[in-house]
Formats: sequence, C-alpha cells, structure tokens
Amino acid sequence: MDAADFAISPLIEPRVEEGSKDRTMVLNMGPQHPSTHGVLRLVLEIDGETVLRLVPDIGFLHTGIEKTCEAKFYQQVVPLTDRIDYLSPMSNNLCYCLAVEKLLQLEIPPRAQWLRVLLNELTRLQSHLVWLGTHAMDIGALTLFLYTFREREEILKIFEDVSGQRMMGSYFRVGGIALEPPVNFHERVQNLLKMMPERIDEYENLLNGNPIWMSRLKGVGYLSAADAIALGVTGPPLRASGVDWDLRRDMPYSSYEKFQFKVPVSDVGDVWTRYLLRVEEMRESVKICQQALDGMPQGPLKANAPKVVLPDREKMKTQMESLIYHFKIVTEGFAVPAGQVYQAIESPRGEMGYFVVSDGTAKPYRVHMRNPTFASLQALETMCVGRLLADVVAVIGSIDIVLGEIDR
Amino acid sequence: MDAPNERDAVLQAHAQNHAIAALLAVKPACIVNARFDCGELTLWIARDDIRPVCRTLQKAGYNFLVDVTCVDWYPSEPRFQVTYHLLSHSLKQRLRLCVMVDSLDTEVASITPEWPSANFYEREVWDLFGVRFGGHPNLRRIMLPDEWEGHPLRKDYPVEGYR
Repeated sequence: MDAADFAISPLIEPRVEEGSKDRTMVLNMGPQHPSTHGVLRLVLEIDGETVLRLVPDIGFLHTGIEKTCEAKFYQQVVPLTDRIDYLSPMSNNLCYCLAVEKLLQLEIPPRAQWLRVLLNELTRLQSHLVWLGTHAMDIGALTLFLYTFREREEILKIFEDVSGQRMMGSYFRVGGIALEPPVNFHERVQNLLKMMPERIDEYENLLNGNPIWMSRLKGVGYLSAADAIALGVTGPPLRASGVDWDLRRDMPYSSYEKFQFKVPVSDVGDVWTRYLLRVEEMRESVKICQQALDGMPQGPLKANAPKVVLPDREKMKTQMESLIYHFKIVTEGFAVPAGQVYQAIESPRGEMGYFVVSDGTAKPYRVHMRNPTFASLQALETMCVGRLLADVVAVIGSIDIVLGEIDR
Repeated sequence: MDAPNERDAVLQAHAQNHAIAALLAVKPACIVNARFDCGELTLWIARDDIRPVCRTLQKAGYNFLVDVTCVDWYPSEPRFQVTYHLLSHSLKQRLRLCVMVDSLDTEVASITPEWPSANFYEREVWDLFGVRFGGHPNLRRIMLPDEWEGHPLRKDYPVEGYR
C-alpha cells in the first residue's frame, strides 16, 4: 500500500465568510504537539484567533487492547489494564479485578480492600501531580513541573517498593493483592503523607497569586452542568460544573463507605475551578490515605478461593494440593461463571468502568473499558468554540487527557 | 446468547424499579427479555424501540449515558448485542439495555439526539464491530484509519489481524 493511502484526511475545509472576501483558516494541531499530552490531533477552524470549530482526531495509540484481552486468561489481563491509563495503573487494576470478582462473587478480605484504597488514593495523588505539573507547563509556568515531579517520584518509589515496578505494577490480582507490602511500607507512606499537605501549599503559593496563571485560567472553557451530563463528562470537570457526583461516595466500592472525606464541588465551570477542585481533591486523598493507614485491619491479603488465587510460594512447595492448584491456574486459568457485569470506579479522571462478559470459560469473552477522558474529549469543542486559540491548550490540560486510555 | 427468557419473573420481582415501571406504563412489549444478575439489571429492548425507550428512561431519571458498546455472539444469530449503560444520579442506580442485531441487517437507531455523548461511543462500535447507527451525524471510523478493512472486534477477525 502507498503512503498516500494512509494520508491523514483534512476533516474540515476552510469556508468563505458571508459578506466578506475573507476565508476562515484551518489549523492542524498535533498529533505531535507537546500540549496535547500524547498523540491527539485537533483540526481547528479559526477566524483570526477565534476558534469556530474543533474536530478531535484520535486513534494514533490504538493497540487493540480489548481484542487482546479476549485471547488471554483472566489473570493475564491484569498487566494489560496497567497500560491503558499509564498515569493511574492501579485504578485500572482495581476496576478490572472488582469486575471479575463480581462475576466470581468473591469476598475480598478487609485488609486487601483497605490496601487497595490506600494505593488507589496514592495513584490519584501521583496522577494529579503529573496533571498539575504538565498543565502549569502548558500555560507557561515551567517551574512547577519540577516541584510536582519531586513528590511524584516519592510515590513511585513506594509503588516500586510494593510491586517491583514504578508504573506498571500489576499489583492487584483477582481475589486480592499479589504480595505482602514490604516491612517499611507503613513508615514510607507515613513520611509521604506528613510531607504532602505542606507541599500542596507550596504549589498553591507558586500558582494562586500569579496574575498570568489567573488570567489564563479564569473564565476559560466554560461548561454548564447540562452540557457536561449530555456530553458524558465525569470526574473533576463534572464536579466543577456543579454536579455533586463522586462514585467513591455515591456508589462505594472496595470499602470506600468506611472512609470520611469531602467531595469538592463548585458550579463555576471554568478551567480555574477544575484546577482548584483537583488540588482540593489531592488534600482529601491525603486524608483518605491517612485513614487507611491508621485503620488498616489485620488479616490475609488474598481471598480464600484456592481455584482462583495462586497459593503462597511456601505452600506450593510443601503441599501437594497447592501445587496442583498452582499448576492448574497457571496452565488453564480459572473458569468464571457466565454473565455480564459492569463495574465502575472513580479514577483520577472520572468514571472508569469495565464491562466484562464471560461465557463460562477461562478467557473473557469480551472486556470493554469505559474511559473517562474518551467521553470528556467530546466536550472539548463545546468548551473551546468562540474562545481564543491559546485557550484550547488550557482546556485540554483541564480535562486531564491521557491518550493511552482514549485510544486503548 | 442462549438463555431462558426470565422476562416476566424479573419484571415482577423488580416492579418497583423506576425504569421498569416507566417502560411498562408506556409500552410493555418493548422489553423483550430481562435479567437480574450480580446485582445488575439488564433489559433487552426491541430493536426499533431503542430511541423511545431512551427518551422514556431519561424522563424517569436515568439522566446519564455512561457507555455504548457491543458484544459479538458469532456464530449465533442475532449476532450483535449492542449494549447501553445508563446511570441515574438521583436514584444512584445503573441500568443496562441491550439490543440484539442481526448480522445481515446491522442497523440500530442512533441515540445521539437523546444523549450527544453517544456520538463517540457509536462511532467506536461502528469502527470495531461494523454495526451501523441510523441517523448518526458523523458515522466515521474513530480508532482505525478510514481505509481499514474489516471490523477488528468481530469474533471472526483474527487476533493477529490479516497478514
């Protein structure tokens, strides 16, 4: 096939303005553009500096993960879920595991649930840190990036401690958690949590009073509550538009109902509000982590389901039965009762959902991911039309876009 | 999927459910099948009724369209199960709607007039499954290049692709 066969289509054509000899201009932005946070291509029709239309073109990162899932055993899908949203791998792990556990009707021990909550909130923290750093960098406040990545590094070190990997941990398994956390885990998380509130103040000191930051963000990218719901927006942008909805509180999963936290809401609906809410969310995440750490129950980390959960290494080497189960799970996987489930969690970016269909075999018949920013991307045009071209960059940052999960 | 039709039993057991009450009041025949499994309610809707059903449910409080996707039950017919996930913020309830589509006549009415967010979801289903959505404003491929042949998430499409 020729290269010309795969030439990128122009999507929109320039138009002649009524009653004038001028034509509008079509501007291509991306896919290789630093402020599109990956490989997002936007085709913009502009009149001077005003955006008239905006068409997102996605799919540059499409790897067919949903198709790949159908060829893997249930436990082999976990590492794939990491790679969907590379900024919040643990949220993906959790959501997938919860969906399969729902099909299996597994009871997860409290300690595993609490550890999942703790790690998920740390994931939210580190994801918001990346967002804050890159969002500020898009606007031109380069310094903040260095500060947020300093703290993010600490969180990634904790992830490395527990799972052996900084980012793609695959630490959660169907039926519990893969490994015991290391001995100094409690202490490291405690140190981080002690430091975080002060550091969040530091970011706010750097940004809040900054006149450039304020004028670039305030009143930009307005989205009404009705539009947000109609366009499928979830997470912080939805709450910034005045819809008081957080799955952690309203449809709790993994013991979230046992934690006390506030859900910041505002009805201003601009980029500035989304920034404020996310920073507030980071403070709440720190509180949830502290509660999880202080109240961590004792007990096992894996469900009592020998046909699903791999046995401990020690048992596998000393007990015949465990060895058989180990062999069977690794070679044949585990069969999941036929059925369809949809499990959603509040990921750092909004409602992440896994729709898992089982036909009773050891491989999922269908795994579908509902990703928050795939939906939020549709609201981009509504937020940008009629505004200046430079605002598009601020708006993209404010929906915290991750192309890995949009394209899958 | 070959499963016993539990429609009447499920509808009776969940008569209090807002969605079921609203649909039974308007047009009981639109619910073809129903199931309650793992705490989730699924309603199979007659293909031609999906838009009116969505409108009715929107009025009944199911204000948010979470997702539209599809399952390919190849080689059984009807082959495609177009799946809609709805959410009600006020009731704190989820609902799944399914529409079964034949492989020879793969067209469902688009629900973009009810929920504009269906735009991308339906494009994705068209792209990866080849199910058409009638009345969709812009039914182009979304993930794959426009020139791509075939619909990769169909079960008769090899995992490694055609080489």
